[in-house]
Amino acid sequence: MDFNLSEDRQMLSDTLRRYLTEQYDFDTRNAIIDAAPYHAPAKWAELAELGVIGAFVGEDQGGFGGTGFDITTVFEELGRGLCPEPMLGALMSLRAAADCGADALVEAQIAGTTRLAFAVFEPQAETLDQLRASADLVDGAWVLNGRKSVVYGLPGADGALVAARTGGGLGLFLVDDPETLGYALIDGGGAGELILDATPATCLGEDAGAAIAAALDAGRLALCAEAVGLMTVLTDMTVDYLKQRKQFGRAIGSFQALQHRAVDMAIEIEQSRAITILAASKLGTDEAAKYVAMAKNLIGRAATLIAEESIQMHGGIGMTWEYPGSHYAKRLSMIDHQLGDRYVHLQRVVAA
Amino acid sequence: MDLSYSPQEEAFRDEVRAFLADALSEDLARKGRNGDELTKADMDGWHAALNARGWLATTWPQEHGGPGWGAVERHIFEEECAMAYAPRVVPFGLGMLGPVLIKFGTDAQKAEILPRILDGRDWWCQGYSEPGAGSDLASLKTRAERDGDHYVINGQKTWTTLGQHANKIFCLVRTSAEGKPQEGISFVLVDMDTPGVELRPIKLLDGGHEVNEVFFTDVRVPVANRVGEENKGWTIAKYLLTHERTNIAGVGMSSRDLDKLRTLSRQLLRGGKPLAEDPIFAAEMAEVEIDLEAMRVMNLAMLSAASEGAASGMQSSMLKIKGTVIRQRIQSLIKTALGASAAPFPAADLPDNALSVPADAAAAAATYFNNRKLSIFGGSNEIQRNIIAKDMFRS
Repeated sequence: MDFNLSEDRQMLSDTLRRYLTEQYDFDTRNAIIDAAPYHAPAKWAELAELGVIGAFVGEDQGGFGGTGFDITTVFEELGRGLCPEPMLGALMSLRAAADCGADALVEAQIAGTTRLAFAVFEPQAETLDQLRASADLVDGAWVLNGRKSVVYGLPGADGALVAARTGGGLGLFLVDDPETLGYALIDGGGAGELILDATPATCLGEDAGAAIAAALDAGRLALCAEAVGLMTVLTDMTVDYLKQRKQFGRAIGSFQALQHRAVDMAIEIEQSRAITILAASKLGTDEAAKYVAMAKNLIGRAATLIAEESIQMHGGIGMTWEYPGSHYAKRLSMIDHQLGDRYVHLQRVVAA
Repeated sequence: MDLSYSPQEEAFRDEVRAFLADALSEDLARKGRNGDELTKADMDGWHAALNARGWLATTWPQEHGGPGWGAVERHIFEEECAMAYAPRVVPFGLGMLGPVLIKFGTDAQKAEILPRILDGRDWWCQGYSEPGAGSDLASLKTRAERDGDHYVINGQKTWTTLGQHANKIFCLVRTSAEGKPQEGISFVLVDMDTPGVELRPIKLLDGGHEVNEVFFTDVRVPVANRVGEENKGWTIAKYLLTHERTNIAGVGMSSRDLDKLRTLSRQLLRGGKPLAEDPIFAAEMAEVEIDLEAMRVMNLAMLSAASEGAASGMQSSMLKIKGTVIRQRIQSLIKTALGASAAPFPAADLPDNALSVPADAAAAAATYFNNRKLSIFGGSNEIQRNIIAKDMFRS
């Protein structure tokens, strides 16, 4: 038994933390999320060079990582740094492309020269069995019809990997330069609606349902790790504030009623970290879906509690835009709505 | 025991509904439903409509322009206004300063100020909290020093709601450093355009501008602008806070939000079926409905006791805690109901067909984050628990 990060992952973690601290100070980050494309395209190649993207797939697929722990190492740091870069879409696109054997696309993504969004879910269709978008061969070329909704990282992307129904099941397609309607997100970063209207596409796999499902579970694991990073920072900020804020002639952190609530936050972080480690250890196995669902459910509950309690215990300051904690709380709270919330994943666990 | 409203009270409810159907424009109601920010003109216009009907200053006695309602009528009125998505009456002049002046003001102050609140010439804001004095309000440090027949004020106030629209501010200031902190506070009225008053906006986490900081640098205010005796302002401050906490349960707003949640749960699909048919989500909705039904009766019991002069501060603190928690939970469920579509922001900038969610739900996440304030302001829920505990454990 060994709960320590390997030397390589520790180095990646340290490097990424240093980079994000230097490049994404709070004011810079807030300026980035304020205008389209709601992230900093110039930084993408630098992140790729640090090895962040290559960590998402194994050596046999052209990368140098690929396990659950490689993913959680990167995303915990992205959470700690409140980084608005659309790395989630890159993770899912890269893993799905690799599983479909799209080698050139994998290489371009790892190099940071091509950034893709991962477009699966649709208006009121946030499970795979409900997808309606369709792919058809017209004169020997694939065209797509339908609409993808709240696609993370779509603004400014070079293209999107799109899930669409084919005669053979659920296919995966590359759409270059898609027609999109982009917008900012309340927790930073951007997303968009992808309108498919006889849109030409390249087929990566006519029956890629398993690859798409596996990529989504990798994405959920990443969100769990991001949440652990966010929770850790936000709880530290809250405890610091309780120690420093004085009312009634004493630090408010000296009141037992508040101490106990801070302790409950700390316990939830440990639970969250533990379930994320468990899910990471199962990624790539037959049990991945079940344990990822468990993690996403627990994280959804813990994230809500920690976001709400941190705002409450900060008082008015925690409600302000200029206080970083409010942005950590927003991101943490919104993670529950990404790739299925706690209720969706509770039902997956019940059904497993 | 009889939980029903009297025929007179039911007739009054019909009268309020008829008024709202007539006076509340669809445009204004839609802004309320969609969670859009109201302009000063929106709020002034609504105040004028209520004033024309004689229903603006609901807590004032009739001789000063109030409607002469009791606690039950006020409750019915507030419930109906909330259900119709009417704007909330801006409370600082009408709900706070007005009652203070009526109880503590001089005849001259009443004659000059009350009519200007009613007809909208003055917009008041509140100078209570300071960066170092929130829950511990009595530790406030903004100083007012006597210089002949003026006070000279220096210091800073914060969380001043809608101060950007105000031409007047009422302030708690320190006029003495002797004795207990509560014993050196005075209640002073200040023109916002007095030299040395500076207002700076505070942006909230949902991007909205509703609160401000107000800085005072050598601001000269006539001593005649003080309300009540010098160094006796704490009594006034506490009296005002009891008015801040009326309608604190927000039953009408929670009922309205629960209606919206139920409607959404029938419109929105999850796994191909309406969300209302999802057993886990349906159970969450049922639980909050149960809590709201109980609180509705708890609130009525308190109103009934208040009518008989027997309501306690402890009950109003309980209502504040439970009422805000229920409202926040409903908003959390609305945000959850939207799934991934809760995240786009700011929704108002998008074309109408950009998102596949109803327009009145598009701002759900912003509303949820904004309303985390409910359990913080007006005496945080922690302070309310202290008030209750003090009463329960009194030896």
